[in-house]
Amino acid sequence: MMQIACPHCGSRAQQEFMYERTVDSVVPLDAPTDKAMAALFTRTNPRGPDDEIWRHTYGCRAWMVVTRHRVTHEITAVRAVGPEVLP
Amino acid sequence: MSRYSAFSLLRGAFNGQSHWKPAWRHPDPKPHYDIIIIGGGGHGLATAYYLAKVHGLRNIAVLEKGWIGGGNTGRNTTIVRSNYRQDALHNFFEFGLKLWHGLSDDLNYNVMFSPRGALTLGHSDADMVTLAQRGDAMRCDGIDAELLTRDQVAKLEPLLDMSRTARFPIEGGLIQRRGGSARHDAVAWGYARGADSLGVDIIQKCEVTGFVRDGDAIVGVETTRGRIGAGRVGICVAGHSGHVAGLAGLRLPIESQTLQAMVTEGVKPMINTVIMTQALHCYISQSDKGGIVFGGDPDNWPSYAQRGNPMIMENAVAQGLALVPALSRLRMLRTWSGVTDMSFDGSPIIGETPLPNLYLNGGWCYGGFKATPASGWTYAHTLATGKPHPLNAPFSLDRFERGATIDETGSGPMPSSR
Amino acid sequence: MTAPRRAAKAATLNFTFDGKAYRAVPGETLAAALLANGVKLVGRSFKYHRPRGIMTAGVEEPNALVTVGEGGRREPNTRATDVFVYDGLVARSQNRWPSLRFDFGSVFGLFSKALPAGFYYKTFFGSAKRWMIYEYFIRKAAGLGNAPTEADPDRFSHRAAFCDVLIVGGGPAGLQAAVEEAEAGKRVILVEQDAILGASLIRDPQTLDAGWVEATAARIRKAGGRILTRTSASGYWEHDLVTLTQLCVEPGQTAENRLAQRLWRVRAGRVILATGSIERPIAFANNDRPGIMLSQAVRTYIRRFGVVPGQRAIIATNNDDAYDTADALIAAGANVVAVLDARETASGRAAHAQAAGMTVHLGAVPKAAKGGRQGVTGLVASVAGATQSWAVDLIAVSGGFTPVVHLHQQAGGTLNWVEEAQAFVPGSSRQNVTTIGGAAKPEAVGVMRPISQPKKSFIDFQNDVTLADVDLAWAEGYRSVEHLKRYTTLGMATDQGKLGNMAALGRLAEQQGVSIPEAGLTTFRPPYTPVSMGLIAGPGAPHGGAHIRRLALYDLHAAKAPIWQPLGYWFRPRAYPQAGETLATAALREARAVRTSVGMTDVSTLAKFEITGPDAAAFLEIICATSVAKLAIGRGRYTFMLREDGLAFDDGTVWRLDENRYLLTSSTGGADRMATHISYVRQYLCPHLRVSAVNVQEHYAGIAIAGPRAKQVVEGLIGQDVPRHMSAIAASIHGLPVHVLAASYSGERAFEVYCSASEAPSIWAACEAAVLAQGGCLYGLEAMEFLRIEKGHLVVGGEIDGRLSPYDLGLEKMLNKAGGFIGAAGLGRPALRGKGRRQLVGLEAIEGNIPEGAMLLSAPNAAPQGHVSAAAFRVLEGGSIALGQLINGFDRHGEEMIAASPTRGQSARVRVTHPHFYDLAGERYRD
Repeated sequence: MMQIACPHCGSRAQQEFMYERTVDSVVPLDAPTDKAMAALFTRTNPRGPDDEIWRHTYGCRAWMVVTRHRVTHEITAVRAVGPEVLP
Repeated sequence: MSRYSAFSLLRGAFNGQSHWKPAWRHPDPKPHYDIIIIGGGGHGLATAYYLAKVHGLRNIAVLEKGWIGGGNTGRNTTIVRSNYRQDALHNFFEFGLKLWHGLSDDLNYNVMFSPRGALTLGHSDADMVTLAQRGDAMRCDGIDAELLTRDQVAKLEPLLDMSRTARFPIEGGLIQRRGGSARHDAVAWGYARGADSLGVDIIQKCEVTGFVRDGDAIVGVETTRGRIGAGRVGICVAGHSGHVAGLAGLRLPIESQTLQAMVTEGVKPMINTVIMTQALHCYISQSDKGGIVFGGDPDNWPSYAQRGNPMIMENAVAQGLALVPALSRLRMLRTWSGVTDMSFDGSPIIGETPLPNLYLNGGWCYGGFKATPASGWTYAHTLATGKPHPLNAPFSLDRFERGATIDETGSGPMPSSR
Repeated sequence: MTAPRRAAKAATLNFTFDGKAYRAVPGETLAAALLANGVKLVGRSFKYHRPRGIMTAGVEEPNALVTVGEGGRREPNTRATDVFVYDGLVARSQNRWPSLRFDFGSVFGLFSKALPAGFYYKTFFGSAKRWMIYEYFIRKAAGLGNAPTEADPDRFSHRAAFCDVLIVGGGPAGLQAAVEEAEAGKRVILVEQDAILGASLIRDPQTLDAGWVEATAARIRKAGGRILTRTSASGYWEHDLVTLTQLCVEPGQTAENRLAQRLWRVRAGRVILATGSIERPIAFANNDRPGIMLSQAVRTYIRRFGVVPGQRAIIATNNDDAYDTADALIAAGANVVAVLDARETASGRAAHAQAAGMTVHLGAVPKAAKGGRQGVTGLVASVAGATQSWAVDLIAVSGGFTPVVHLHQQAGGTLNWVEEAQAFVPGSSRQNVTTIGGAAKPEAVGVMRPISQPKKSFIDFQNDVTLADVDLAWAEGYRSVEHLKRYTTLGMATDQGKLGNMAALGRLAEQQGVSIPEAGLTTFRPPYTPVSMGLIAGPGAPHGGAHIRRLALYDLHAAKAPIWQPLGYWFRPRAYPQAGETLATAALREARAVRTSVGMTDVSTLAKFEITGPDAAAFLEIICATSVAKLAIGRGRYTFMLREDGLAFDDGTVWRLDENRYLLTSSTGGADRMATHISYVRQYLCPHLRVSAVNVQEHYAGIAIAGPRAKQVVEGLIGQDVPRHMSAIAASIHGLPVHVLAASYSGERAFEVYCSASEAPSIWAACEAAVLAQGGCLYGLEAMEFLRIEKGHLVVGGEIDGRLSPYDLGLEKMLNKAGGFIGAAGLGRPALRGKGRRQLVGLEAIEGNIPEGAMLLSAPNAAPQGHVSAAAFRVLEGGSIALGQLINGFDRHGEEMIAASPTRGQSARVRVTHPHFYDLAGERYRD
């Protein structure tokens, strides 16, 4: 069980979080069918770090992007996303 | 290959069991093979065996980066069944189940396939209808399935909590009596021994590091033991499918997740069948050594770590104890994890890739062990003929972009929601 | 140094072993008490049922496994060395029949020559059914103890803790580290699996003694540190999470407060492992006989428990440590006939012993033990090439020391080989963990290779794996260490290879002609010692980790004693039967009331979202596949939602309550999924939209009132005109604010009344009175199902099963032509438009009742072309009808088929129809 540093709440146990998907599998709203399906249905699935979307579901419910190593599970960055951090 | 038999064991009693030959050779790679299979797990070895046995091919190599059977073949809960609702799935797995029933004799290696029954519990009338639907779908395609009443379930598994006030009251079940469990390692070893005896080279400690290309076409592989040429190459590496396909520049509809399982200390027989449930994600069986084998949900986030997670384990065990309270004082002896290749409809992928001569067998999610014979048989057909066998034709790689997914649970493309 | 002898009169605790009564001294392990009472034979091995005694004094014990406790507290496979005797302890031997002394299973031992490692792979051929016959007997012979057959009466709790430094191991190294950290101001937790701290100092008194242990523990506590004894660090997980298992009472013991064990999840800033090492046995023939004991265990029994395990002992060693055992034995009055030292040259310690008059043989390696189930009677050894034998009743063995590196390895750490200790020690780690003490610096040893024949030279005692088995595995090509382990079952017993792995590795390396580190090492997996399943489940066990959510109206329903229906984490009323009614008759009565007068039902569990803000409509047009923007204020409409792949996954209604305020409802079962989906779209995909999407599922309770008299009922309740169909108004009932939405799932004129969940009981009571006054009744899910099927309404999980597109469901006309919704791109996939799709149809019985879930066949024994997703009866006229999915179903209306359910022995002849059986024109929605 990992420990994830929520940008809003601080360091919390993974139990409070849910994984959504990788950043590169986000389907943009305006993508045509081929691009949308490529995003939805293919992955690099690296044996190394990747950017992932997580949500602090049982905490502040905010979404964040977590850079996490797929083998060691080391987390090197967490960044807040959503309306609150818009420029 | 020296035949295995009770007689040969008895003979060993008088010669100190000194007459046994290696179950397979440890050859060096040749410069070129007609077909190279990447991955010496159960599926890869079964593929090699059927290529040799069914298709008469001999110039075949299985390349394994570690030791054969060391991936998910040796890290699962050994359940064998074909009780799927979708016809493409149950027809495929049923073909395999038939092979399972004769496998020990065919391989002359006892894989201890034990058809003790795969029992799925229903916890409400709605569950029972769902189970009946699954059973009906199977029966209409000639596959055994039987609905059980509450009393029949209680008789079959006396330690289940049958009280009406249970959190998951048991209303009945669906049993596939021809399903059961097998000895996982023996499957890999039996296929390896069989394939080796037909001339297949099983090359361990040989990791593929790249593909040799002629234009788009694949003509060989780079390995830690040098370049090896090939007529056709079949990827068969389960949780590492994305990585190996990535060496050829492909992105797959696969995300790797960790699935853990656990086993208790051995006890005298207490669980008779393989118990699964309609409402929970927990499966329980008892091994021949007496350990209660437990499995639950995969970790719902991508990972290549062959390492468990206490929170998933707590959930699976809590579910198991809600069903069988008498397990409480047993002790969990060992946990282990496999890297599962979660596909985006929950069904496997066996077939061609966009690259000529390169084929893919993967995406088994957490259900690959039982598929071993059928997977090997159909993948061998695909590799030998260049075309899918009718049973694996629906499991093509392009079905996702076409919209022809085979989604048993109906839960959609995100593996994390499966 | 002399040790106090165990005083018989101090033995105040009563316990039984195999029904025979004994007494124990408080603080004694069961193993110590059995030895003190002269019991040598304690267990039987797994495969050959060989007689076994006590070999160790710790958690690594492979042989002396017993079942302790009774009823639901019965714990099989309990190590006698790891349970402290309590008054009334009941222990039984295991894996023997009819008795421990005369075990029928020991015939397997007679055939051991024909039953080498992996013998079962080579025989028992024939059909799978035939294997099951052999297997029946194999399973009976396998296993060890018997599991309980009843539920556990005790509790297991879970607890979280945080600390700066977690120290594992309460020996001198761990205590010293803990006191330093604690006094430096760190938050410290120190755990020790034994019942006491510093037990090794009793075994091996140094300058530090029991007084030091006590004083140090007091200092740790004074500095705010927490000390947990009888607590084992069982797993080291990621990000420095360590799970601890704490025994609140001994195995099988009744707890005062019913708390048996506690699981701690400790998130540590840093972890210090002071876990010590485990002594290795020596391989020689019959090295498993009762009376053969690890050298340090002998010292522990003498010095800690005052129990001398033998009177005429011989010591076999490859290191200096075992000489201390000779001293302890002599001090306890036993006779040490010789020390067999495998090293060729005398160490300083050996020379010192020789000078003190001890018989020491150098270059001496044991070949075979003599004796049977009642214990050893002698030892044969090779001494400088010649064979010698001695008559003894105790053989103390020491093959060196294996550092306890399990937690370090679980943490992802590497191991380094130390040649002079012939051992792996912790190397680097990617987590914040260090190892200190004996686990980091094991004692130097001489290399010891067994010279005797490898048969019956056990290396995995419990599983009966011998050196001969290792050799056989090698000869048969099982050459990787993992193959060796799996083929021979080495290291897979309850001790998980704590004793035997290194001996096997040594043999394998020898076979391969490589060094031990080159031969490789299997992975240590959690837990370090086995953990009770009840403890892992913890407080989650009774409800399987899935709590039931209580309806706001639960008490009011319960008072009516309904038939409950489990639905996810809810239980909802399925029907409210009156005296003499069955589910079916009650549901039909309720449904008829809705068709003819009025009924009401609780729909509180529906997912509900309040969407507000200037971009609310734009947001809904992304979530919903139907058009929303043109909805007038106060109006609502049916909607459905697609996944990104274009397939339908939920449906509901959307209501425009105000200019920029909408209410979206969707299915109960999909509520969590929809909540996540909406949050993802709003927060991640559309952060720029000016919209707020709030989950109000449990904020609002909902009551549906349906039937021809529903209008009168609701008018009376709200004292104003009711909204027309698919319109909404704000109103009040008894002064409490409500939303009244005129929506119908039943096919009748109907209203959904939404109110604050806390006010729901009084509003429900008011509604119920009004409904009853109109001659209506309550209805449950079963009646609702009848009504909606007849009306042809879809249900999520039934018709909307996650596999059909809106095209397949006949919803194409409702799709938002402007696109832009989630799933629009996915709908462009060619196969969704191809022939052969399953499509929604109605089914009407021509003969028989349609079984729900049945397969649709065009002829008997033909392949299924679809299935029945929901079946019911026409509510008023009777007659079996159903909804189903059928390949190319839209084009097959009028076709006759068979709905077959072989598992239930039921079938019906059906006609394919339009999926609406009731009021196709919607006349009944009009006033």
